Amino acid sequence: MSSTSASLSTLVASCFIHQGKLVVNGNVVYTAQAPAQDFFAELYTLSGANYPKFYKMDAQSQLAFLCAEFLLKDNAVKDTTPFDWSVVLSCANSSNDTDIKYWENARQAPSPAAFVYTLPNVMLGEICIRHGFKGENSCFIFNTFDTTFQVNYVNSLLAKRAKVCVHGWVNFFKEEYAAFLFLTVNNGETEGELHSPELINKTISNYAGID
Amino acid sequence: MPSAVYIVGRGVISALGDDLSGNRESLLQSQAGIKAITRLNTRYSEILPAAEVPHSNETLAAMADMPVTTTRTALLSMIAAKEAFDSFLLPDKLNYKVGFISANTVGGMDKTEDFMKEFAVDTSKGKLHDVIHHDCGAATELVAEKLGITEVVTTISTACSSAANAMIYAARLIRNGYLDWAIAGGTDALSRFTINGFNSLMILDNELCRPFDDTRKGLNLGEGAGYVVLASEKMVALLAQQPSVKLSGFANANDAYHQTASSPEGRGNFDTMSGALAEAGLQPSDIDYINLHGTGTANNDSSEGIAISRLFGTDLPYLSSTKTYTGHTLAACGGIEAIYATLAIEEGVVFPNLRFQHQMKELEFAPQTNLLEGKEIRHVLSNSFGFGGNCTSLIFSKVK
Amino acid sequence: MQELINTLKQQIVEQLNLKHIKPEEIGDDQPLFVDGLGLDSIDALELIVLLQQKYGIKLANPEEGPKVFHTVRALAEFITANQKK
Repeated sequence: MSSTSASLSTLVASCFIHQGKLVVNGNVVYTAQAPAQDFFAELYTLSGANYPKFYKMDAQSQLAFLCAEFLLKDNAVKDTTPFDWSVVLSCANSSNDTDIKYWENARQAPSPAAFVYTLPNVMLGEICIRHGFKGENSCFIFNTFDTTFQVNYVNSLLAKRAKVCVHGWVNFFKEEYAAFLFLTVNNGETEGELHSPELINKTISNYAGID
Repeated sequence: MPSAVYIVGRGVISALGDDLSGNRESLLQSQAGIKAITRLNTRYSEILPAAEVPHSNETLAAMADMPVTTTRTALLSMIAAKEAFDSFLLPDKLNYKVGFISANTVGGMDKTEDFMKEFAVDTSKGKLHDVIHHDCGAATELVAEKLGITEVVTTISTACSSAANAMIYAARLIRNGYLDWAIAGGTDALSRFTINGFNSLMILDNELCRPFDDTRKGLNLGEGAGYVVLASEKMVALLAQQPSVKLSGFANANDAYHQTASSPEGRGNFDTMSGALAEAGLQPSDIDYINLHGTGTANNDSSEGIAISRLFGTDLPYLSSTKTYTGHTLAACGGIEAIYATLAIEEGVVFPNLRFQHQMKELEFAPQTNLLEGKEIRHVLSNSFGFGGNCTSLIFSKVK
Repeated sequence: MQELINTLKQQIVEQLNLKHIKPEEIGDDQPLFVDGLGLDSIDALELIVLLQQKYGIKLANPEEGPKVFHTVRALAEFITANQKK
């Protein structure tokens, strides 16, 4: 694919949460062997966030929330407005994990609080509500993370519409979960490496190599 | 200003009709498609009206030329996407860079919930084959394969703004030279999962919905699919017949307020309407008609109305919600309503906001209540606001 | 009445997934919505489900919610009044 609108966007930070492991900017911050949502509760406490609504979220939204929380904890991005921030996420299983849980209860009494989460983009909504992000936001469904697609999409967005983009992959299904988010900035004065498919693939590989 | 993207084909299926011609006819006759549920097997069939496509899956499968085991969401998608594909009259059209950007939220839930009913009681029951196309991406892939589209095939799922976002993405791919043309829009079929869920949120009306009416009680669900064919200027130059409508502006933003409710002042709605105008290089006074998101819920209509007041002041265009005809078709609504916007421009008509009686107390305007014909409709603003705070507005314009 | 109030506090914490709050920390007369416990519109819908499931009372109009669910005591009084019918 030709890239007629490449921007000089930079990767500023990354965060991985995957099967009992939290890795922020390449450093292992926390590990634990625990059922998924217990692990998420531990991460929530670790994050120091005072956000009781966390407990009402479904597992996938909790995962997205936490990954964004640690990604943005010490974020050095300055001088932005809410409209400068965009969010682009991909996932494979949509909201299927929650769909099943909702369905199991629905036969007796459909739970409105559970139904709210039977859409994959609500996890984006939770990130936007938490951080006040009002820029563009989109949710794509792919079998696996498509680095080239996503990086090109985000770079185009940063070239024309947004100053900052939180993007990545968040997927939760039946105790199997993986979330990785990247903080990217356009032409930023914020320090970072050139945001490219090669860099993102390398970042993901580096994570995979961490014990 | 960014390059224009033209509408060079359309396909739609809804409770109003099986194709563009059927939908158009119902719209012009003020014939709504919302009635008692007859097809879906639900405990609410006597209680909640809906806008079903009046065909069984067997009939839809024959229309779509697909196996009868295909999910209803995919069948509806195929029928509308094929109509759109066929309506694009360019020789050797697949010899270009072509995309299929489709949106849905229901996926294969219609098949899965039937499977689960048996399987939950006895795990030896139920056909596993019924659930292999459960995920949202499956419907997109099935249709793309049948149409022969391979360059870009993507699924977007952002609740009720999905199809509108699909059109934005397709337009950008075309503007940036990744694609020459694309079919973009959305599809969703009615399912028990959806009805039960919306009912638990207590936002369904047990009578025919009355969007933008002060005494409105909620929405009616609908189903269907709507796709436009978008093409670059280069493609349009190859056509024998020039298009009459283009997608001239769009914007997407997050309301960042609540998982399902809009902020009372409709901040996200205001952001996308003003953003789309800015992108199109237009002023509010240039808009001749707003196709409202207008679901009929207390929250949406109030927020949307307040945002419109703030943006347009007292100089308002005609406005109506065609969900008064089609019900709320969820992920498909942005696509179906885009097509209705193009009809408004081509034919100089304004479709009425059906069953309206009482002006909302917080607004100083009322929607259009009868069909208008012979009007000059140059620019139409179409709103689609989804759960998760995902707001999108599109502007369609007459090609001069 | 006090027994019902205490039971309701437990049920509310469970139904609404209020993991950060113990039932005994909820005041009998503490406003549940906006201020106080800070519940929202979706929580109100869950309480409507709770009323239906546990007490057989159907609240058809969600707009009655703010009054009925104003405090735990208000809810207990509503249940006591309506269960007899």
